[in-house]
Amino acid sequence: MAYRLDRVTAVPALIGEHRDFLLIGGLAGAAKDLAALTADGPHFFGMAGGMGAAVMIGLGLALARPEKKVLVATGDGELLMNVGALATVAVLDPPNLSILCVDNGHHGETGYQKSHTLRGVDLEKMALAAGIKSTCTVAKQADIARGARMLRASKHCSFVLLRVKPTDPPKVKRLMNPADSRVRFRLGTLGRA
Amino acid sequence: MAEASTGWQSELYDALRRHDVTQFAYVPDAGHRVCIDRSLADKQVHSVALTTEEEGVALACGAHLGDQRAVLLMQSSGLGNCVNFLAMVKGGRFPFLTILSMRGDFGEGNPWQMAMGQATRPVLAALDFVVLEATTPDEVVPIVDAACNMVWKSGQAVAVLLTQKLIGAKAF
Repeated sequence: MAYRLDRVTAVPALIGEHRDFLLIGGLAGAAKDLAALTADGPHFFGMAGGMGAAVMIGLGLALARPEKKVLVATGDGELLMNVGALATVAVLDPPNLSILCVDNGHHGETGYQKSHTLRGVDLEKMALAAGIKSTCTVAKQADIARGARMLRASKHCSFVLLRVKPTDPPKVKRLMNPADSRVRFRLGTLGRA
Repeated sequence: MAEASTGWQSELYDALRRHDVTQFAYVPDAGHRVCIDRSLADKQVHSVALTTEEEGVALACGAHLGDQRAVLLMQSSGLGNCVNFLAMVKGGRFPFLTILSMRGDFGEGNPWQMAMGQATRPVLAALDFVVLEATTPDEVVPIVDAACNMVWKSGQAVAVLLTQKLIGAKAF
């Protein structure tokens, strides 16, 4: 399947009004996508390490805040590092958790080495096989409306695989200290550290 | 297994609930069996079975971001799967509680368990964890109380070790 869309426009188009979500951004490109979208906002926890942790951080947050919609944006490389998390999420099926995997077929942060997805691994099929009930792949402009609906309005935990060309995420200055990020997120979303 | 009395396991669960722990993450384990089963039966908590222990570290960080309290129940062998995420706990100064049933330690009869068991304390020390060890049934609850206070009042990362003096060494 073709990698044609540009993440710089496709991620904002899929998420829409970002203030409707609590947002977790996995390292590295996906965190930059969300930092640009939210102006590194207080409802966003962005990572630059802990590769493979994003989906499970999203699960812990979604279980703790059932009244809020939680969106995890992650990359194909980050997700593959802990792909079993899809199974852990699926058996609980938290309806307020949505996962957006920005799949550029490469490990962009380390020099655009080919990732498993470019060599045939289909992460939407893996999510579906793990038991996630709402899944789709967004590979062209016409798919975006369906993907956006699924992230926002699914009755189940959802997984949207966004196929994009291997071009850089937005250049954005963001908070890099993980302890400061933790405190900022709690202050911004709970009103206390 | 040298079957010790497991009444303390149920008391351990009650202690965690008194401290308002509501997310229980685990990989199935005999040493934590009672705690896991009680979390599964408790409608007031989330019982989260993991595919690998490191998922539970990330889950606990997410729970804290959402203002819930989590505990990761695992064997000491699982600690080895967690190291980079435990570094995230340290770097992010997340309050974090894990309870480890020890393998590869006092009386271990499975040589595959020895190396990680013996590495458990140095690994925890390298990541600045507070380590508390329970060796008798009557000290489990006071240690868990102490651990919870250090985690959620003082913001520490704490590991409680359920030693093989307490839980027995599996027979091989």
